[in-house]
Amino acid sequence: MHPLITLVVQRIALGLILLLAVSVLIFLGVEALPGDTAQAILGQGATPETLANMRESLGLNEPAISRYFTWLGHALTGDFGVALTNKIDIAQAIGQRLGNTLFLAACAGVIAVPFAIGLGLLAARHNGRWPDKLISGVTLAAISLPEFVAAYFVIYLLTQVFPVLQPVSMVFPGMGFLERLHAVALPVIVLVMVVLAHMMRMTRAAILNVMQSPYIETAELKGLSPMQVIWRHALPNAVAPIVSVVVINLAYLVVGVVVVEVVFSYNALGQYLVDHVTKRDLPVVQAVGLIFAAVYIGLNIFADVVGIVANPRLRHPK
Amino acid sequence: MSEQMKDLVRLAASGKINRRAFVGRMGALGLSATTASTMFGIVAHAEGAPVMGGTLRAGVQGGQSTDSLDPALAASDVPFMINMTWGETLVELEPGGVLSMRVAEEVTSNADATEWKFKIRQGVTFHNGAPVTAEDVVATLKRHTDDKAQSGAQGLVKGIAEMTAEGDTVTLKLAAANADLPFLMADYHLIIQPGGGVDNPAAGIGCGAYMVKEFEPGVRCVMEKNPNYWDKTRGFADVVEVLSINDNTARTAAITAGQIHMMTRVDPKIAEMLASAEGVVIERAAGPGHYVFIMHCDKAPFDNNDLRMALKLSVKRAEMVEKILGGMGSMGNDFPINAAYPLFDETIPQREFDAAKAAEHYKASGHDGSPIVLQVAPAAFPGAVDAANLFVASANEAGIPLTIKLEPDDGYWSNVWNVAPFCASYWGGRPVQDQMYSTAYLSTADWNDTKFVDANFDALLVAARGELDPVKRKAQYSEMANILRDTGGLICPMFNDWVEGRRAEVGGWQANPAGTLMDGKALVKCWLNA
Repeated sequence: MHPLITLVVQRIALGLILLLAVSVLIFLGVEALPGDTAQAILGQGATPETLANMRESLGLNEPAISRYFTWLGHALTGDFGVALTNKIDIAQAIGQRLGNTLFLAACAGVIAVPFAIGLGLLAARHNGRWPDKLISGVTLAAISLPEFVAAYFVIYLLTQVFPVLQPVSMVFPGMGFLERLHAVALPVIVLVMVVLAHMMRMTRAAILNVMQSPYIETAELKGLSPMQVIWRHALPNAVAPIVSVVVINLAYLVVGVVVVEVVFSYNALGQYLVDHVTKRDLPVVQAVGLIFAAVYIGLNIFADVVGIVANPRLRHPK
Repeated sequence: MSEQMKDLVRLAASGKINRRAFVGRMGALGLSATTASTMFGIVAHAEGAPVMGGTLRAGVQGGQSTDSLDPALAASDVPFMINMTWGETLVELEPGGVLSMRVAEEVTSNADATEWKFKIRQGVTFHNGAPVTAEDVVATLKRHTDDKAQSGAQGLVKGIAEMTAEGDTVTLKLAAANADLPFLMADYHLIIQPGGGVDNPAAGIGCGAYMVKEFEPGVRCVMEKNPNYWDKTRGFADVVEVLSINDNTARTAAITAGQIHMMTRVDPKIAEMLASAEGVVIERAAGPGHYVFIMHCDKAPFDNNDLRMALKLSVKRAEMVEKILGGMGSMGNDFPINAAYPLFDETIPQREFDAAKAAEHYKASGHDGSPIVLQVAPAAFPGAVDAANLFVASANEAGIPLTIKLEPDDGYWSNVWNVAPFCASYWGGRPVQDQMYSTAYLSTADWNDTKFVDANFDALLVAARGELDPVKRKAQYSEMANILRDTGGLICPMFNDWVEGRRAEVGGWQANPAGTLMDGKALVKCWLNA
């Protein structure tokens, strides 16, 4: 077998083991939280009587280990069960929410990634001069703002001062594509602001790093323009670090945007997860945790593979 | 509606006749006094007559993706609002503490208030087309008595010994007399469902003015007008939506941008600013909800009444109303009742901050001077930590060694409330005094969160429950209030108003102290002026 395929298979196997470990960790974490599902659901309304009824009906009296393995068995067959709290089918609920999460992440990614790499190249090209400083300054300022501050700022600017967009970004089945784009415009702006700097800085640093190499000097001496040098000679060799940073940011766009979801009332996975954590709804927490972990691990495997493919030394090991 | 009735409506809408004349003349045309009175409230309140059509949206705080449409499980504002829009109860609580007849057409009792008869309105149908029968009502009430339903109204229906349906009448026989029983039937959990909702409690099928079309928990609920709804004074918009918007700033931005027409829980700190925004009106209603600090009367050092009095006297109430509620509320008097309740005794003197008296009681308590710990989390009520800090400052002024222990929000209601001997909490209030006292201050009550035990108080509560003479009843409630005020474990510094926002184009708004957004009926009773 080609060593590349072996490597990829190894990575995927490792990923699956990691996922299993993650599922155990999530389970232990939820178990360690104070209070149980019944108490969390009933809140201030809890009496010993209603607590006992609810524990019984939710099956909380079973030992933790048997609950874990029952769940794992079902999850492997694609059955996540129903939410303990409102008896709604988890796979179905997650399906819709995951779609919304991916839609938002994709919109933000499609804008942010080319934009960040373009700006990074531009900054590298004009290293140390005013375009570089301007780009770095603006993107660093944007990343330094906490997400919710940036969110409130764009809400104020684009719904109150210039009322062109809407502050509540919920999307619903049956909405047209353009309608959806209009609804998510504000959170997309905020997310682009948040992820831009990281990718831009990494692109710039990776390119500048390569620019020190002798072969770049050769290219310059051949008479190529600076942008051609960067595009044809520097960028291909800087791909691995750039891709790994892009992937980290994409993963963040999928799993880490709960604050933005809350501020814009966007009905995606993050909010769904937090609601169920506060109610100790273990099956949902497990399912969503597993999906998030899978996204993270999957994207990182992808970055690894791209890094290997892009690097001849890894592609043809001696 | 006949031509004469329409004329009267026009007169009322233009302010040419008063309520009394309107009700009288409508009565002559065969309309009941209650219906006519409600109708007057609707038409006279707005500049014009109701406008039909459009989509009315409410932005409500407190929705989660764990919510359900089962009325038994409703515990926060979003499910409450949704259920009140598709569902209807036997009776409803109107502003001013009077009942209006809904699914029940008439309520009567025997002389000692132990047997109540509800006559069910004819011609009312569920959204699935089936007529609403007395059997459905009994099945609904029975479901809430069942432990398995985990109903928030279980305590209310527990006292009903026997329920029977005969023809169009439901008869409820009580284990002990209760003059307030009809008020209990207005509880938002007790929405009438076909077959009692036993088969599918979360189906969202009721007999209200709107029918559930789409429900995404924690996101929104879309409801369409019920074409067969019996009451033409309700249900004006074609479509209504409840949007779950938990973030304060997002909700506020949504109403100023016109994306929603009404919102719950305006932050008191920004109410004034929001009122000056174009097209936004702030509505306030002095409700029965209150913020509290609760002491367990059976645990040291709070088992000493002098110490409890010392703490009660060392709260600066006016300051708390000003700083915590932004002035949108009123001072509490260490019992859970205020003017929002029928039979409230307003002659009970207001307790004020008194450092000297507090110090005196503190000395009399013989407390050893060790820190008295107040446990608090932000989740206890909005501004709870600030309120606790104010409390500590004023108590220290009186020489009481009060300190705060900050708790996490997560798990507060299971690990601190009802467990710790002294903590912050809140109550939403109840429609009548009996219900409030029976829920939390009767010595055997499930939610007796101050562990208050007083045989005299319990006896008075039971006596007042069966007392049909309002004068005697008021005197009994007054005595109970005084007992609680002077010996109870409750420190109640303030009652919080409902502070809500609506768009100026929303017509028919009539604040109801019983609950948020016109006691959940804003979408049903309001319309959208073009």
